[in-house]
Amino acid sequence: MKNRVLPGFGLSLGCTLVYLSLLILLPLAGLLMTASSLSLAQFWDIASGERALASYRVTFGASLLAASINAVFGLIVAWVLVRYSFPGKRLVDSLVDLPFALPTSVAGITLATLYAGNGWIGRQLEPFGIKVAFTPLGIVVALTFISLPFVVRTLQPVLEDIEPEIEEAAATLGASRLQTFRRVLLPAIVPALLTGFTLAFSRAIGEYGSVIFIAGNMPLISEITPLLIISKLEQYDVIGAAALACVMLIISFVLLLAANALQWWTANRDSSRGGHGVATSAATPAAATAAA
Amino acid sequence: MSAPTLRMATAEPRWVRLTLTAVGLGFLFFFLALPLLAVFVEALSGGWSAYLGALREPEALYAMGLTVFIALVALPFNIFFGVSAAWAIAKFDFRGKSLLITLIDLPFAVSPVVVGLVFLLIFGAQGVFGPWLMAHDIKIVFALPGMIIVTLFITFPFVARELIPLMQAQGREEEEAAISLGATGFQMFIRVTLPNIKWGLLYGVILANARAMGEFGAVSVVSGHIRGETNTLPLHVEILYNEYNAIGSFAAASVLALLALVTLIAKTVVHWRMRQESEMLDNALPAEKTE
Repeated sequence: MKNRVLPGFGLSLGCTLVYLSLLILLPLAGLLMTASSLSLAQFWDIASGERALASYRVTFGASLLAASINAVFGLIVAWVLVRYSFPGKRLVDSLVDLPFALPTSVAGITLATLYAGNGWIGRQLEPFGIKVAFTPLGIVVALTFISLPFVVRTLQPVLEDIEPEIEEAAATLGASRLQTFRRVLLPAIVPALLTGFTLAFSRAIGEYGSVIFIAGNMPLISEITPLLIISKLEQYDVIGAAALACVMLIISFVLLLAANALQWWTANRDSSRGGHGVATSAATPAAATAAA
Repeated sequence: MSAPTLRMATAEPRWVRLTLTAVGLGFLFFFLALPLLAVFVEALSGGWSAYLGALREPEALYAMGLTVFIALVALPFNIFFGVSAAWAIAKFDFRGKSLLITLIDLPFAVSPVVVGLVFLLIFGAQGVFGPWLMAHDIKIVFALPGMIIVTLFITFPFVARELIPLMQAQGREEEEAAISLGATGFQMFIRVTLPNIKWGLLYGVILANARAMGEFGAVSVVSGHIRGETNTLPLHVEILYNEYNAIGSFAAASVLALLALVTLIAKTVVHWRMRQESEMLDNALPAEKTE
């Protein structure tokens, strides 16, 4: 290894590793240890109990829907913010980060009030027989809100960095605008879109604060897994809570690795095209604001 | 008249542009603007005096104080360890670097409820250290220390995540020059590194701070919900809401919403300054920029 000129490598890495171990790794290891006091069969019984399975269905189903809604509308929002100009654009652009800055309990009570039968939006939907608050649909609304910025913020830098020349070339070669989008632009933004989707999805799965106010929280119907963990805790079933938390922890770790792999893929594709500045700028805003 | 046809080739037709803009802005209006507006309308639905009265309740004031206190305690930890992690990762090469970055990201991915539970398992009555803590009469869980610890857990990635790409992009040359000119490590940090990263650091601190003040799930699990003792503002919102005290609940929520707006404004300003400075650097030293 080459001779290091700069000071503080040992000190800074040492501090980081000690802090990371004490604050994050050891506590998480403690969770795995607590869960490992169960036999595999017992663990399986808890993790695949009727209420647990129903809660996975609700959590993953709603998160998948919310992330998909955000993938579609996030792409449109990012596109509009990057490509078009309209009055108040910078204000709108700043507002996109609101779900990162607004505490989840505030989002929860507000969305529950808006979508309740007598709320601004709920009142409009009621005549059509659509009930949002206190149904699984309410969970989708809350999760869409809290994971809204991920897709937009991951796509924006990538869209900004697409060189106009490739679109011009496509147009010159006779492609229609739709063909240019499908064959030229979409392939370039798919990795970022997937990254944003994964980040939104993994944020939605763990969400608790905003959901509990609007979900109605009926076991087997509108009970999310984090809430089931809390209710097990309230019944002093610490081991049961730990087992479910383990399931969630493993899933979130896998999703985190997936998101990192996708970002790495995005970065490498971009650098192989010669746009090395994109890699860092594309990966950071999304990751840094992630789960704020 | 040739300009419009020229633009057509790489731009969408006008009706597509208008439709997309309308759909995008409509989506943001229903999901962002309307909820934000609703917080303030609901908070003021009983008039200003009811609103201010709800904010002057001793429990509301206590919750605000506690929220600010926890954020202030978390701040120096986030700055110190964030800078330290970014320095090690951005300026040096070592094995397992990408694993370390993934580990720093871990708090982003873990559900807040799981974070709270983890510390309950360690410091709670049935936890690993529970009996020892009880014997020595130290309370961590269902008390302030536990709430601070989960806040530290949750806010750890923000500063480091913001600084790592920034410091990587800046390279090592400036610091190396300072050292070879005889600066001590401390001098180098204060005179060279800190001025370079100050906006990025501030950006990370703003994000971490917003999260620290707004955290609900993790703090809720370890707080034990003791009124007037372990109630932060986000928890106070929940308690009042569940008691059907809508005005009190939304009044407290409006304070947090204002805080969120201040955060957004500060973020935008700092981001703008960062862009400005990096553009200035790009123009001044085109040859110095290396990955």
